[in-house]
Amino acid sequence: MAERGETSSAVGNDAAQVPFTSAQKISKRPKYSRFTQQELPACKPILTPGWVITAFILVGVVFIPIGLASLLASKRVVEIVDRYDEDCIPQSFKNKTLGYMQDDKTNKTCTRSLVVPKLMKSPIYVYYQLSNFYQNHRRYVKSRSDQQLRSKDGEWKTTNCEPESLVGDKGPIVPCGLIAWSLFNDTYKFSVNDTRLDVNKNNIAWDSDRKHKFGSDVYPKNFQSGGLIGGAKLNSSIPLSEQEDLIVWMRTAALPTFRKLYGKIEHDLEANKTITVTIQNNYNTYDFEGKKHLVLSTASWIGGKNDFLGVAYLAVGGICLFSAIAFILVYVLVPRPLGDPSYLSWNRNPAGRWK
Amino acid sequence: MARGRIRARIRRSHLYTFACLRPSTVEGDEPHPIQGPGYSRRVHCNASHMHKKKPLKYSSNYISTTRYNVITFLPKAFFEQFRRVANIYFLVAAICSLFEFSPFSPTSMIAPLAFVLGVSMAKEAVEDWRRFIQDLKVNARKVSVHKGGGVFGRKQWRKIRVGDVVKVEKDKFFPADLLLLSSSYEDGLCYVETMNLDGETNLKVKRSLEVTLPLDSDKSFKDFAGEIRCEDPNPSLYTFVGNLEYDRQIYPLDPSQILLRDSKLRNTAYIYGVVVFAGQDSKVMQNSTKSPSKRSSVEKKMDRIIYVLLATLLAVSIISSMGFFIQTKYQMPDWWYLEPQSPQSCYDPAQAATSGFCHFVTALMLYGYLIPISLYVSIEVVKFLQAIFINQDINMYDEESGTPAQARTSNLNEELGQVDTILSDKTGTLTCNQMDFLKCSIAGTAFGVRSSEVEIAAAKQMAIDPAEQESVASSRLGASEIGLERVVTLADEQGPKPSIKGFSFEDSRLMGGNWMRESNADMILLFLRILAVCHAAIPEVNEETGDITYEAESPDEIAFLVAAREFGFEFVRRTQSSVFVRERYPSSGNPVEREYKILNLLDFTSKRKRMSVIVRDEHGQIMLMCKGADSIIFERLAKNGRTYEESTTRHLNEYGEAGLRTLALAYKPLDEAEYTAWNNEFVKAKTSIGVNREAMLEKVSDVMERELILVGATAVEDKLQKGVPQCIDKLAQAGLKIWVLTGDKMETAINIGFACSLLRQGMKQICISAMNSDANPDVKKTSLLFVTHQAVKEDISMQITNASQMIKLEKDPHAAFALIIDGKSLTYALEDDMKHQFLRLAVDCASVICCRVSPKQKALVTRLVKEGTGKTTLAIGDGANDVGMIQEADIGVGISGVEGMQAVMASDFAIAQFRFLERLLVVHGHWCYKRITNMICYFFYKNIAFGLTFFYFEAVTGFSGQSIYDDWYMILFNVFVTSIPVISLGVFEQDVSSEICLQFPALYQQGPRNLFFNWYKILGMMFNGLIASVIIFSFNVLLFAEQAFRRGGQTADMAVVGTTMFTCIVWVVNCQIALSMSHFTWFQHIFIWGSVAFWYLSLFIYGMLSPMYTGNVYQILVEVLGPSISYWWIILVVTVTCNLFYFVHISIERCFFPMDHHIIQEIKYSRKDVEDRHMWTRERSKARQKTKIGFTARVEAKIRNLRGKLQKKQSILITNNAAASPRSRREERP
Repeated sequence: MAERGETSSAVGNDAAQVPFTSAQKISKRPKYSRFTQQELPACKPILTPGWVITAFILVGVVFIPIGLASLLASKRVVEIVDRYDEDCIPQSFKNKTLGYMQDDKTNKTCTRSLVVPKLMKSPIYVYYQLSNFYQNHRRYVKSRSDQQLRSKDGEWKTTNCEPESLVGDKGPIVPCGLIAWSLFNDTYKFSVNDTRLDVNKNNIAWDSDRKHKFGSDVYPKNFQSGGLIGGAKLNSSIPLSEQEDLIVWMRTAALPTFRKLYGKIEHDLEANKTITVTIQNNYNTYDFEGKKHLVLSTASWIGGKNDFLGVAYLAVGGICLFSAIAFILVYVLVPRPLGDPSYLSWNRNPAGRWK
Repeated sequence: MARGRIRARIRRSHLYTFACLRPSTVEGDEPHPIQGPGYSRRVHCNASHMHKKKPLKYSSNYISTTRYNVITFLPKAFFEQFRRVANIYFLVAAICSLFEFSPFSPTSMIAPLAFVLGVSMAKEAVEDWRRFIQDLKVNARKVSVHKGGGVFGRKQWRKIRVGDVVKVEKDKFFPADLLLLSSSYEDGLCYVETMNLDGETNLKVKRSLEVTLPLDSDKSFKDFAGEIRCEDPNPSLYTFVGNLEYDRQIYPLDPSQILLRDSKLRNTAYIYGVVVFAGQDSKVMQNSTKSPSKRSSVEKKMDRIIYVLLATLLAVSIISSMGFFIQTKYQMPDWWYLEPQSPQSCYDPAQAATSGFCHFVTALMLYGYLIPISLYVSIEVVKFLQAIFINQDINMYDEESGTPAQARTSNLNEELGQVDTILSDKTGTLTCNQMDFLKCSIAGTAFGVRSSEVEIAAAKQMAIDPAEQESVASSRLGASEIGLERVVTLADEQGPKPSIKGFSFEDSRLMGGNWMRESNADMILLFLRILAVCHAAIPEVNEETGDITYEAESPDEIAFLVAAREFGFEFVRRTQSSVFVRERYPSSGNPVEREYKILNLLDFTSKRKRMSVIVRDEHGQIMLMCKGADSIIFERLAKNGRTYEESTTRHLNEYGEAGLRTLALAYKPLDEAEYTAWNNEFVKAKTSIGVNREAMLEKVSDVMERELILVGATAVEDKLQKGVPQCIDKLAQAGLKIWVLTGDKMETAINIGFACSLLRQGMKQICISAMNSDANPDVKKTSLLFVTHQAVKEDISMQITNASQMIKLEKDPHAAFALIIDGKSLTYALEDDMKHQFLRLAVDCASVICCRVSPKQKALVTRLVKEGTGKTTLAIGDGANDVGMIQEADIGVGISGVEGMQAVMASDFAIAQFRFLERLLVVHGHWCYKRITNMICYFFYKNIAFGLTFFYFEAVTGFSGQSIYDDWYMILFNVFVTSIPVISLGVFEQDVSSEICLQFPALYQQGPRNLFFNWYKILGMMFNGLIASVIIFSFNVLLFAEQAFRRGGQTADMAVVGTTMFTCIVWVVNCQIALSMSHFTWFQHIFIWGSVAFWYLSLFIYGMLSPMYTGNVYQILVEVLGPSISYWWIILVVTVTCNLFYFVHISIERCFFPMDHHIIQEIKYSRKDVEDRHMWTRERSKARQKTKIGFTARVEAKIRNLRGKLQKKQSILITNNAAASPRSRREERP
């Protein structure tokens, strides 16, 4: 009997079965294909309770180990963070930091002692960390000239570099722009038990930057020779491609608190050793209340010390497992058989009927 | 000459007995008092040069239906485009991008906008071009025009001017509204087919003034001159007021002298006429409303959402510029690394306010990704593809006419899924306008075994439905008790189709001369004679084959004559006074030609509802033969004429139930004296002059048509188009309301109502008609009518109020009401103060039929429904008279494959047959609605998810307007990475298959109830976007905080964070779309996962380009991100977390609050429909909307009725047997 039910759609179907009668009619007749008739084979996945629970459990089972592994990796990273900006100002200059920083004659050397909490395996990365420094400010980000950095021919391409583009009649500044102009210029010297620790400052920048973005024939020119002196000065006999500090600096950070690689110490450091750092505190962060940190850190496969990845994985995995349990419980308590017709709107609410 | 042949024929006008013998003098007619506003038009006949300059310069006959012309196209089309708010925004943004403060490059802003506008405007241009070509064809048609000196020459239509004398030949259209001067008939008659105006195919008679009759040859126009003063152009098709001044005399003109543009000259060799209204002034053009540009309600709502987003954008921009203002004013002076002392225009701490404002503009552009620019393009593309699917649907291809369905505008696809009310034309849409003689009842015996379509459909319905079948079976059981004889057999359907047009009768008792052997053969003979003689038709002999075809005012008469011919009574000839019938008796062999002298012919009018002829046969016997509506005939029967009344009534009821048109036939023998006495009266009445003439004629006729003897009844099937009852039934089950708007007579309309099951026995009919609506609307009474206007209006108001009251007081839940209203009443009902009352009444009724409505009224009713109920309306029609309604409705559907193309040209969708409407709405409408709404919601989601990350990033850059993404990512985002999957959602998604859509009409209700595009859904999706944006941004920021992100100890810069965030977004939005789909063909897989792959591929390729273009993104994937495990793991956790919320939401929704399509999907998935067929069929029958119309409702009503009777009978039985067995058979009752 149910077969008869198909007649409801047969109105259209029998038209399809009539064979072509004349050539003239074929022309307008839509060609049958599963594509045009929207009858392509398709998989129609349905979120059955089984699938929902499986998905939750699967996510939980995958995420929790990843979370644990990440957390472990993060925990293994040894990190020494030392804020030195405040302590490196002599007491007498506390209230006139600007004068202190701008005066060439003041002694800006500062010595800090750091204790290694745990064994730090080589390589140990040395970072400087600035905060409240808006390297991502639009005016700052735009103020550079990639053409100029890349090749000698682009020397005059300084339109974006305002206000650090040209020096009076001496021609363009190379490298121009605010970013280069404000190059970080604190320096660190490390020693353990009076033995100097070498800081390897090679290969701290990306290879592609050194090889393709900063030209080996581009030499600093007119740099820091204007009225205002920003940050570091550059040795004008070294091409830009070898000025790795500059290259690192030119990669503007995404957030106002950022670290940049200063160098690498390629010696293991034993636990409880005391490292003496001699800092040339040249860079002025006092004006904008920025902090300066010196960071020594090892790296694991996830990079530096950051628990967030692990925590996020554990949390999401946990939530999923919890949801799985919740769903299972609800299914035990209020089961709904799959495709139970009594849930259809006309069965649930026979009187009201959509009104 | 053709002329001679026609003169040899009879003067047809004499057949119209009420009209002939009209006093030949016109002194009774006074010219219309024409003055004042509205009657200022002056036409100098045969002097079109007078109309070349002002003040008599009237519009030329050039018509234009285009929306644009070469000059206005650009401004107008631009205006159209900028009606979309988003486009205005993008235009402003594009202009701003030319200035310094723009965060993006100008190309990235202007290119998409230009593309969007270009595509949309090209579409407009193509559509308008088609209209232009159509106009061009019409304007270039040619007609004979008087060129002066009695010479006629061909001229293009567009060159015709008011005042020109034109000659129109047979079967040609009139080029403008003409005053008929003379025709090839010597009495100035002509026949006109007004199909394009009112949809009626029967011919109308127009008659020229007697005074202009001599103007019947080309030569006679040499010196013809006259002046017409008449009303100004107006859209009323059935009125005309004017005077003709000719030969220093003034003659009144009325509508019967006016030939309207777009109607066709038929059966008349030629006519001469003067152009009164040309071009845009003609009545049919006045009726046409400007084709509006339609937008679907979904799209209108989308605009509102865009307003919401614009508001969000504004708010975010204000916050951001305030932030920037504060930062710039108070903090930037300390940021020495920005050199605040050498400021640029927009970063000046000294002028922080200006900078703040400047930044506001920047922010408006920066957060522009909140507004999805590609949405419009994507929607256009998706709708275009959907339209292709509609065009390609083989199930909507009509084999007979060879026309597929056609989506003419793709704007309204999703609107098809939200239709609430269907307004349908009748002729050509529901019916084929062909009458088939199907059954008859003669002398109390029913003949004719073939079932009507309605019966077949109902029988099928019963057979399908097992649930109902039980009850039907029980009712059948009861039926035999009660005495229901008719059992419908399905076998009828397989029977050979009748080859004779107009004749589907099948009964061996009458066919082939067998009727002679029936017991009451004399009655049958009489019956057949009445069929052959009592009519006003004219036979036309085909000169080649000798076949006779008939022409009559109504197709019923043709059916009768064809039937009579098949039974052996062939009407062959008519002379002025006689009808010749060739009678063939099986006994005698050779046919005999008999002459019946027609003494009088009493016309059919819709008020009289009957027509009679008084004939004298060869034996000199005078007899009145009468046919008419059963109610009218029955009340006029003589005492001895009621022998068959009871059985005939029963048959008539059955016929009515089967959707057939019925007429009762009766006769009355007269003796000579009686007739002569009456005839004197009649002639007196006919020759009388003045207002009372009609009334007198009617009175005299009424005297004659009494004391009749009933012979039998006929049942004619107004041939419905294929599958119409089924389709109406299905549409009703899907919860749609169906109104029929027809230009036809009320009786015809009601009959069709029955045939389509829009009406049924037991339904309470509310007929609203104006007082004296049927009195011949003589123009002379116009002034009188104005007086009574108020009275008529009050009367109609009363009728409406009473009807509403009646509905209110009705207690029976099964009671259904039908509203039938005629055009004249509608004029009043549609007036502002009454229309809402009328609408309320109409909405309460199960079916509404408006008859005798003009094209304008059709449009007005449509507008009333559309605006009054606020629901989506669909109008369907086939003729030019439906154009107004098609344009007015939210969706206009034209029936293609018929001759006229006007309806199709004006329509949004064209289908070949009414029955395809079901598939168009229930399948394509449902799909398109879901697809488009899903797609739009998703669009907002993805753009919010993406757009808000800009804002969060702003907060950490000192609100400086820096974007974290590379410009190229942003172009990729909207155009490639996310748009293609959206298109696959919009084109290929199917919640359920087409069969299920058709099997569960209730699913359609999801559209009209707007379940997928309500604010809950939209805001939910937006909130989802908000969550996603927060998660994406915060996770990335927290993870990349400041430490190294890879083993090499490198820290992340802006390019790294930006690229990772963008990768997260690509994954998140693509997984989201995968979650929101339920139907994956390989297209979806390719599009979704392909675009994720495409992102990586383009990132890779982009990274390979010279660092000149890529800056910090140079080799980012290969060198920086690829080797970093963190990068991959961030993506995983962000993708899962963002989609977790939506996943939980849909899981909960499906598990605990499942919607109908969820359950059906599950049933299909678990193959329960195969395993538990009983359940599946039961649910399918339950899924129908409870309806009060359609044959399902009819079947149900019948069953209820039978049950009721059964119950009554049993209760009687029980009371009778109470003493004997008190509990008899009680258990057996269900």
